[in-house]
Amino acid sequence: MTTAVSFQKASRHFGSVRAVDAVDLDIAPGEFFAMLGPSGSGKTTCLRLIAGFEQPTSGSISIFGERAEGVPPYRRNVNTVFQDYALFPHLSVLDNVAYGLMVKGIGKAERHKAAEEALSLVRLPGYGARRPGQLSGGQRQRVALARALVNQPKVLLLDEPLGALDLKLRENMQEELKSLQKVLGITFVFVTHDQGEALSMADRVAVFNDGKIMQIGTPEDIYQRPKTRFVADFVGSSNVLPPDFVQRYCGQHRWGSLRPESIRVGRTASGEGVSARLVSTNYLGATTKLALDADGLKLHAIVPAGNPLPVEGEAVVLTFNREHLHLMDEPV
Amino acid sequence: MRSDGSQSAPLSLKIAAACGLLFLHLPILLIFVYAFTTEEKSFVWPPPGLTTQWFAVTWNRPDVWQALSLSVRVAAISTAIALVLGTLCSAAVSRTKFFGRETISLLVILPIALPGIITGIALRSAFSLADIPFSFWTIVLGHATFCVVVVYNNAVARFRRTSGSMIEASMDLGADGFQTFRHVVLPNIATALLAGGMLAFALSFDEVIVTTFTAGQQQTLPIWMLEELIRPRQRPVTNVVAMVVVLVTLLPILAAYYLTRGGDQIAGSGK
Repeated sequence: MTTAVSFQKASRHFGSVRAVDAVDLDIAPGEFFAMLGPSGSGKTTCLRLIAGFEQPTSGSISIFGERAEGVPPYRRNVNTVFQDYALFPHLSVLDNVAYGLMVKGIGKAERHKAAEEALSLVRLPGYGARRPGQLSGGQRQRVALARALVNQPKVLLLDEPLGALDLKLRENMQEELKSLQKVLGITFVFVTHDQGEALSMADRVAVFNDGKIMQIGTPEDIYQRPKTRFVADFVGSSNVLPPDFVQRYCGQHRWGSLRPESIRVGRTASGEGVSARLVSTNYLGATTKLALDADGLKLHAIVPAGNPLPVEGEAVVLTFNREHLHLMDEPV
Repeated sequence: MRSDGSQSAPLSLKIAAACGLLFLHLPILLIFVYAFTTEEKSFVWPPPGLTTQWFAVTWNRPDVWQALSLSVRVAAISTAIALVLGTLCSAAVSRTKFFGRETISLLVILPIALPGIITGIALRSAFSLADIPFSFWTIVLGHATFCVVVVYNNAVARFRRTSGSMIEASMDLGADGFQTFRHVVLPNIATALLAGGMLAFALSFDEVIVTTFTAGQQQTLPIWMLEELIRPRQRPVTNVVAMVVVLVTLLPILAAYYLTRGGDQIAGSGK
């Protein structure tokens, strides 16, 4: 089976800046793939390499088995949902959605029919006559989605499409995008800096940093078994434990990762435990986040609501199950 | 205390403002009045009598028509050249980054800051150096130098306000460069081009200084008026023509103003 998108040692350098540096990547057909990373990590440049807005400095990229280098964006069967939606303000919503078909020379009646269908797909039937300026942010986002989908792309690229929406809308759109992807079976490649979004939506996640992929895996892999300190810290702000600390508890001199929700906070020393001092508490609703100081090592713990909380400055004892302590591959 | 719009200005300020406006516009009105005077040799105030005969006289003077047609043709072609070059230049400056971009931007705007007489002398010496005989095209070339600026300024302001990802979106949706220009870029800058084009036309239409240096034997309308003022015969004809020029220049400028009201100023209208 051919891969949907494949990077072989693909790089994109801007002068001395290595925006994307020798990236190897295979995205399977029909996969919901997330590229996760902080801003400037190269994830958006990767997306632009697939779209054709950038050309690799070296290495190669293929889309469904076809070499993509030198192929302009308008000859790729790939469509993009832009971060700012990039709707055409001078066209009606219907003409925006029908744009891709219009430039392909498809007749007015036929392309308007297809555009109407695409609008109902994103649950905006009957909005065709409006102008983009008359729509809300969430509606514009759906129009941008319909405008891309109407061309029946083989790969749909989404560049932080939910970034500008408020929390409630974002959660709705996450679910909708996911079910849409299942129905259509199109390969989705999704760029985001929000780890929660990546974990909840994607089949697989690639974590980017400094133009390189730090780890590729399923959301569980990434969350439970981070390979490096960066991944552990960036994806869900895990506690990164230094090798000396880990050696005391596991006997192995390696970097460790311990999720904040795996730490139990007690008041009295019961057998083995890490003595620490509570620095501050941060109420989050369903949970409370505790900042702890264990002999200079800063740790975070998350305690479900309803549990008795120590007061700030109080001495506490931290315990955790050995199997929750994940040892990372990163060399010491 | 902050003054809100409802508070009216003091009387003295109103009088000062009225005087300022009168000082600016009364002479223009005087020109209009003299177009109807019965005295043809010198302008006396008040006019001894009023007549509309000068309109008919003007209509039947072939030299007026020649000058008018030359001015219109020069303005139209300079504007056309300016539209093409100004748009291309503004697209290059606002859409791409390249070495010397700021310098090019400055060099393009320079002709409008330069006194017309410098532009005129420079062009004249350049033409004679290159052995180019003065003709219709030398006038057009002279006018195009400042018309380009007007179009460029308007287009650049519009480009700055349009999202760059729109062009990428168009390409992404399968449109090649030409289709993108035709369906996305042009509709978005059309009003700016219209405004810039009208301004350029108006500027070219009443330009005197550069024209005196770049024209040979031909007379554009403003030049014809200048010559006519020296001759003490059928003087009100000049006033009739002046009225026409004022109207022809004013209307496009007003139209340009209304078209671009939404945000970007009509850059370069101060020439």
